[in-house]
Amino acid sequence: MSIADEEHAEELAGVGRIGTPSRLRVVAGRFFRSGQGRIGFALLTAMFLLAFAGPHLSKWGYTDKDFTAFLAPPSAEHWWGTLQTGADVYAVTLRGMQKSLIVGLLAAVVGTGLAAVVGAFAGYFLGWTDRTLMWVTDLLLVLPAFLILAIMSPLFAEGQWLLFVLMLALFLWMVTSKIVRSMTISLKEREFIHAARFMGVHPMKIIFRHVIPNLSSLLIVDATLNVSAAILTETSLSYFGFGIQPPDVSMGSLIADGARTAVYAPWTFWFCAGLLVVTVLAVNLVGDSLRDAFDPTAKRNR
Amino acid sequence: MAGFLFRRLLNYVVLIVVATSLAYMLAAGALNPRANYEGRNPPIPPAVIDARLTELNLNDRTPMFERYLTWAGGVVRGDFGKMVTGGSVNEDLARRIGVTLRLITIGLVLGSVTGVLVGAYAAVRQYGAFDRVSTGASFFVLAIPTVVLANMLIIAAVWVNGLLPQPIVYVSGEFSAGLTGGFWARAVDRIQHLILPTISLSLGLIAIYSRYQRNMMLDVLGADFIRTAMAKGLRRRTALIKHALRTALIPAVTYFAFTFGSLLVGTTFTEKIFGWHGMGEQLVNSIYTNDVNSVAAISCFAAFAVLVASLASDVLHAVLDPRVRVG
Repeated sequence: MSIADEEHAEELAGVGRIGTPSRLRVVAGRFFRSGQGRIGFALLTAMFLLAFAGPHLSKWGYTDKDFTAFLAPPSAEHWWGTLQTGADVYAVTLRGMQKSLIVGLLAAVVGTGLAAVVGAFAGYFLGWTDRTLMWVTDLLLVLPAFLILAIMSPLFAEGQWLLFVLMLALFLWMVTSKIVRSMTISLKEREFIHAARFMGVHPMKIIFRHVIPNLSSLLIVDATLNVSAAILTETSLSYFGFGIQPPDVSMGSLIADGARTAVYAPWTFWFCAGLLVVTVLAVNLVGDSLRDAFDPTAKRNR
Repeated sequence: MAGFLFRRLLNYVVLIVVATSLAYMLAAGALNPRANYEGRNPPIPPAVIDARLTELNLNDRTPMFERYLTWAGGVVRGDFGKMVTGGSVNEDLARRIGVTLRLITIGLVLGSVTGVLVGAYAAVRQYGAFDRVSTGASFFVLAIPTVVLANMLIIAAVWVNGLLPQPIVYVSGEFSAGLTGGFWARAVDRIQHLILPTISLSLGLIAIYSRYQRNMMLDVLGADFIRTAMAKGLRRRTALIKHALRTALIPAVTYFAFTFGSLLVGTTFTEKIFGWHGMGEQLVNSIYTNDVNSVAAISCFAAFAVLVASLASDVLHAVLDPRVRVG
């Protein structure tokens, strides 16, 4: 029997195996069976819809200023009121949310990717590679992320927000990479990795084809929780003017503006603070339910 | 054991040196002290600016490595250089360090003890009303950034103070200036100022620790040694406190080292928003004013604090876990 025949036979046999559920379906099933997962997912979807479809519903853009209404309370004209500058709160808040969501997602994906690669390399090669990489990890753990990002803030001006995302990601990966490293060390002794190594597969290929995919559940959960960590860091930095730079807006800069007028104009603060809290809450709920869904041994105790 | 400790300490010292140097280089490269003097009216002659910047070791016309060597030479002798205003960084930070340490210590002790107790109690009464409420509340608190929480507290305090004939909490500063009165009046005044920053700092810690401690405690509660302890006649309360809580505390102590960095950052926000004149406030201000030397000194302090925290968590680990001491 040639290899092509074998593949053909496997395909034929595969037809009969349709009944066995795929891993994706099992995980998705577990995820949506938990109330927490459903609420989180619904909230997150709603936030994304609001941030990306919402601005088209209003006639005000985020750069528009209404010079007939300064610090006006919510009305039919301005759904969520206006700021001191006459900007429409609804428009700027949604713009800030878009920015925060994109920054958070990108930083989380890059950060987790970095964690996976560094951890897997350190755990797979051990020796000097491991010592060097773990030393760098310790160094970044010692450096307070907020401080370094704040120092570098002058470099993020003039639309360099992608650099900001990269720097944010650079401070998100350390703890995960330590977990990935220790898991790689135990994974390395498993039969399929041994088999691949003895067959002469290149170490790079083993890491990217066998080690990292086997840690995917950990990495997916981590990436989700990193989104909320990144959003929180971004907000705090932008609050002090160290993150997203004007004329662009982000949740942080809006909250900083709103906090000054919050006592007598509550709408300038509570809409964007509330949306931020709901977004982070939704991401955390999704991440937590994903962790339970991926781990069949986890106690269903929530 | 001594050799191990020595190597560990040496590694810590190297990490602090590298981290501080890196922070200095970054700050010297990214911040621009010259901007403080340019664009003034009447304009200051460039030669005067140069002379002033050279005096402060902040002149960007001097190669960065040379500035670094001058700065490092001072640091080795225990002098962190001068601020942009001309004052000594050492004196300024010595004044501020106490404020920050007071705030951190109170927030940390209150936050971690309350968090551990809440988590442990929630685990013992799993699925009870307390458990559900505390889990929900901690999820909610973890979604609120410190900057939003601090502002929410201020808004709430202003509202409450407005309802009462006399303010009960103050939202700004460490104590009222020019207050006359005895020791008690001053103590009450300080507590009134301390309440809001402490809440803003410790609420997040309580949420993190209670969730973590609850999970650890649940793992331990089902363990055989708890059943054995109660089987040999220990009361449930004693078994839970002496055996379960102690065992479940070990991972939380390890976790402490990881949260300390974020606690420092939280302190920065809290100090800045509540107007406490501590290290954190100075960090934000020094970046606004392009004060390279202050930034480097504060990074050194932060790196040192994080490493002391991780050393402390090692020691606590050894106290709680006999295997570490013996092994």
